[in-house]
Amino acid sequence: MSSPFGLLAELTYRCPLACAYCSNPQNMADYAAELSTEEWRRVLTEARDLGVLQCHLSGGEPLLRRDVVEIVAAASGLGLYTNLVTSAVGFNRPMAERLRAAGLDHVQVSIQADAPTLSDRIAGIPSFHRKVDAMSLVKELGWPLTVNVVLHRQNIDRIADVLELAETVGADRVELANTQYYGWAWRNRDALLPSRAQLEAAERVVRAARDRLNLIYVLPDYYSRYPKPCNGGWAARQLTVTPNGDVLPCPAAQSLPLPRASVREDSLARIWADSPVMTAFRGTDWMPDPCRSCERREQDFGGCRCQAFQLTGDAARTDPVCHLSPDHHLVADAVTAADRLTDLTLVPRPHR
Amino acid sequence: MDRPRLARSARLTFDRTRQRPVLLLPETVVVLNATGQAILERCDGRHTVAEIEAELRARYRTVPDGEVRRFLSGLVARRVVEAGDE
Repeated sequence: MSSPFGLLAELTYRCPLACAYCSNPQNMADYAAELSTEEWRRVLTEARDLGVLQCHLSGGEPLLRRDVVEIVAAASGLGLYTNLVTSAVGFNRPMAERLRAAGLDHVQVSIQADAPTLSDRIAGIPSFHRKVDAMSLVKELGWPLTVNVVLHRQNIDRIADVLELAETVGADRVELANTQYYGWAWRNRDALLPSRAQLEAAERVVRAARDRLNLIYVLPDYYSRYPKPCNGGWAARQLTVTPNGDVLPCPAAQSLPLPRASVREDSLARIWADSPVMTAFRGTDWMPDPCRSCERREQDFGGCRCQAFQLTGDAARTDPVCHLSPDHHLVADAVTAADRLTDLTLVPRPHR
Repeated sequence: MDRPRLARSARLTFDRTRQRPVLLLPETVVVLNATGQAILERCDGRHTVAEIEAELRARYRTVPDGEVRRFLSGLVARRVVEAGDE
């Protein structure tokens, strides 16, 4: 068993935005009993002892936690590389200066499109101008800036303009992430899934921009031949702690029928080593065919367990995204439908 | 590549859990050996590649020709190191 490198600390699922592509769980009320500052301090200390080197403070909107500066200071004090993943709502100058003083290393700001009308419509509140201001502030205070855009049917045609905006604000990295269909996004999948023509046009723009930008392009796995590689293997490199203290290999894993493991009941080290939620799909022994005999098994790790469960009802099956999966028609049908569809209405996620 | 420097987002540190030098970035961790650490400690925008190589030769007996440049080129491609060309 290896030590994890990264901790995704989901401080809260509360959010001022209402993006329909959100991958937070649909049952957000189950996570309302949020960890205290003291509990987060303990989690961070235990994570560092376990080998964690990076801490991604995310949510929801992590700035809604009143103690976010204290949590950053705790993580930074332990020597963790701290990354704030924010919508930028609440990222004003006084807050930014306090975070800088607390030792925050990196800021990732999400934006929903390249222009206010569409960005604000997708976000559900007027936020575009605040986001652009926040990006400038990140640069002004000397942080490296990542601009993140989640791509879907309603904004993927704007990709060239989004990249232009990112260049204008001086982004050090641009992350173009095709929507992952978990949580709230799963509910909106058919309305979010782009057509093949949209995707091909977007990928031409991405290829042309690679030379001049530090660009991370998260593949749309529904259109891929092989599945995405489950964070480098189930419970191998990353772990997630949810707002109420549940420990998971990744946020989507909350949907699987596995026993809960909570930092309120056990140490992070014991959970990482022994809890069923971590051991269930670690390594390759659990694999069925076609994965078991596939030469890519140590490369794809069977794909995403959460997607396999969502689409087939069995988390131990090959990710249906893979063209070799016996369930591949489940993905192929959705893709075919996306080519025929006219635009459907998105269901915004609730704020809390 | 002239005077390489670490990317602004990168932090070079030592991981006591793994007992290895590591380079931390927004979404990446690069686990290094002692030589890698020695090279990256000198990527400050002032040392040239030739100077880094010379300093390494003073410290380690064998530094194959072109090895430092190859190592750094790989990291430049991953945008971990800036080439520092004029």
